Amino acid sequence: MDGAFILAHVPDYLSGAWVTLRFGLYGVACSLLLGLLCCLLRYFRVPVLRQIAGGYIELARNTPLLVQLFFLYAGLPRVGIKFSAEACAVIGLTFLGGAYMAEAFRSGIESVDKTQVEAGACIGLTMGQNIRYVIFPQALATAIPALFANVIFLIKETSVFSVLAMMDLMNVADTLRTSGGRTVEVLFMLMVTYLLILLPVSVLATLVERRLRYTGFGN
Amino acid sequence: MGINILFKGINFQRLMGGLWVTLRLALITIGLSCVFGLLFGMLMLSKRKTATVICRLWLEIVRFMPQLVLLYIVYFGFARLFGWDLDGETSAVIVFTFWGTAEMGDLIRGALTSIPRHQFESAAALGLTKVQIYMHVLIPQALRRLLPQAINLSTRIIKTTALVKMINVTEVLKVGQQIIGQFYRQPDAAFWVYFVIFLLYFLVCWPFSLLAKYLEKRWA
Amino acid sequence: MNDTILHVQDIYKSFDGNGVLRGVSMEIREGEVVVIVGPSGCGKSTLLRCINGLEVIDSGSIYLRDEKISGRTKDLHLVRQKIGMVFQSYDLFPHMKVMDNLLLGPTKALNKSKTEVEKEALEMLERVGLKEKAYALPRTLSGGQKQRVALVRAMLMRPEILLLDEITAALDPEMVSEVLNVVIDLARGGMTMAIVTHEMRFAEAVADRVVFLEDGMIMEEGKPEEFFSAPKTQRAQHFLQSFTYASKRDKKSDKNNFED
Repeated sequence: MDGAFILAHVPDYLSGAWVTLRFGLYGVACSLLLGLLCCLLRYFRVPVLRQIAGGYIELARNTPLLVQLFFLYAGLPRVGIKFSAEACAVIGLTFLGGAYMAEAFRSGIESVDKTQVEAGACIGLTMGQNIRYVIFPQALATAIPALFANVIFLIKETSVFSVLAMMDLMNVADTLRTSGGRTVEVLFMLMVTYLLILLPVSVLATLVERRLRYTGFGN
Repeated sequence: MGINILFKGINFQRLMGGLWVTLRLALITIGLSCVFGLLFGMLMLSKRKTATVICRLWLEIVRFMPQLVLLYIVYFGFARLFGWDLDGETSAVIVFTFWGTAEMGDLIRGALTSIPRHQFESAAALGLTKVQIYMHVLIPQALRRLLPQAINLSTRIIKTTALVKMINVTEVLKVGQQIIGQFYRQPDAAFWVYFVIFLLYFLVCWPFSLLAKYLEKRWA
Repeated sequence: MNDTILHVQDIYKSFDGNGVLRGVSMEIREGEVVVIVGPSGCGKSTLLRCINGLEVIDSGSIYLRDEKISGRTKDLHLVRQKIGMVFQSYDLFPHMKVMDNLLLGPTKALNKSKTEVEKEALEMLERVGLKEKAYALPRTLSGGQKQRVALVRAMLMRPEILLLDEITAALDPEMVSEVLNVVIDLARGGMTMAIVTHEMRFAEAVADRVVFLEDGMIMEEGKPEEFFSAPKTQRAQHFLQSFTYASKRDKKSDKNNFED
């Protein structure tokens, strides 16, 4: 392995990692919001919107991100709907992630005992207060492992952003590979960089989950 | 309307042919993952420390590495490292099976450990033999837990095989691009082609998702 | 002078075509303790759940003081603020400390000041013997302790009436009396209550009036001393007979009678 080559290209990987991480996190943040929204629409059985949310979740969960991106980036402009590559990246990731986050939130909410909801109602809380103080904290605690798994999943999925001609980690590596020919070093650094991005997320997930377990749930 | 180009000549058949390329890869992968996953799951439960550590490490690698990175390593890297010049489809089967085995193995491990110990004990107390206990008590319960999850993993594998586009396999997206190229004078061709591909994937994966959801509800 | 707190008028409720309540009417006056007994599935829990709107009645009406509380969908929480309810399964909020469980209703639903309620909460916890658990998490409490906290939580809302739905049914036998003593204490303090229970001796001790429910209808009601010694209807006699063996056995083995 060529150490000098690796050192020389650390900045390239850093800039690629920054793109991956930044757009990954934008996507994650938007996914959480969209997921929560969809979950609430379904929980409150809001007419029409609930069905739309349900349909969207099925559509997003059952198609590959790569195909979604091609449709967004190469298909839609032909009927006059144009987004920048960066916008496509965030929209695509949010479209995919929102559905997964919605499912994670849903399983969290479903895990909250019906009697807890009744107990909240019985001390005179409004539905909003009940959600905020009684249901949501418990639902979130249950949903946390799934939510973190989704975060890692979504950051990994950003690897297809290279089809949008974005200089993310994958594209940086691919460019170096085709121009320099040092395939082994290029791929080695690619693995290491992904690991450096995802390992902290995973450690954070473990810490949060441990803390939640410690705080103690279960009647 | 651009959608018409899909029905010109054999374009639609070509598209379906492209879809079949990834579906075939997915089916092979799912089959192999089930077989190896069973071994993997049993290894994870074995009392040998080295075996469980290796499995754990294997699982972490596939959890942390994007499948696309693994594809690059096998498709481009193995040629350099070992001199193996693997074609795209072979690389894909290797990578996806490597991934699927670990995930399936973990599901199988989870299903096996989910059965409470007293189930075994109360079956033994009825005087059943060990084989009977497994056949009639433990495996049916494990399967009920496993099957919905395994089906969900299978849809994930089907979706992920779309990535072979990135290692030069002529699959449905590539065929779509060829068709768009031929009809470059038709401005909205790309819209319809990608829309139809999107729909095709959905139509393939959705029934599996519904089945998993149905089984989950039925066996909950 | 009208001191009726709760007025239930000819209510009907069915689940999937099964009539669970079939024309139930009753009144509860201020300071009165009404115990509702009957075989399981007779509709007594449903009756309580209908009163504070957890179940929607099919017909009839329910009044709290002079306000009609049935049939409304808006501002149901305002009604429930005046009706306390405690369930069989305690239902403390597991993610909150005991004190936060107690404060949630008064501070959020009634907008009272936290310091004021906290002081009151500590006093009430002391009365039920749980002052030292004020800042513990529910999972560290025994079933009997949880249920006492649940009673305090309901009482801190200063409800007009308290509904108790088989609050000792999920408890280990040795914890039953510590919870029932709290209820007896509340009754002495003049709290208006509707109680569903299977503890007949407790019912006899605490009730001002006993209501016997079967097949969704009130079959008999009367003073506890009359009902338990000389039930008028045959059905009530049958029902009480099923308890005699149990209670005879109880008296021998169960030394820690509530009240002691």
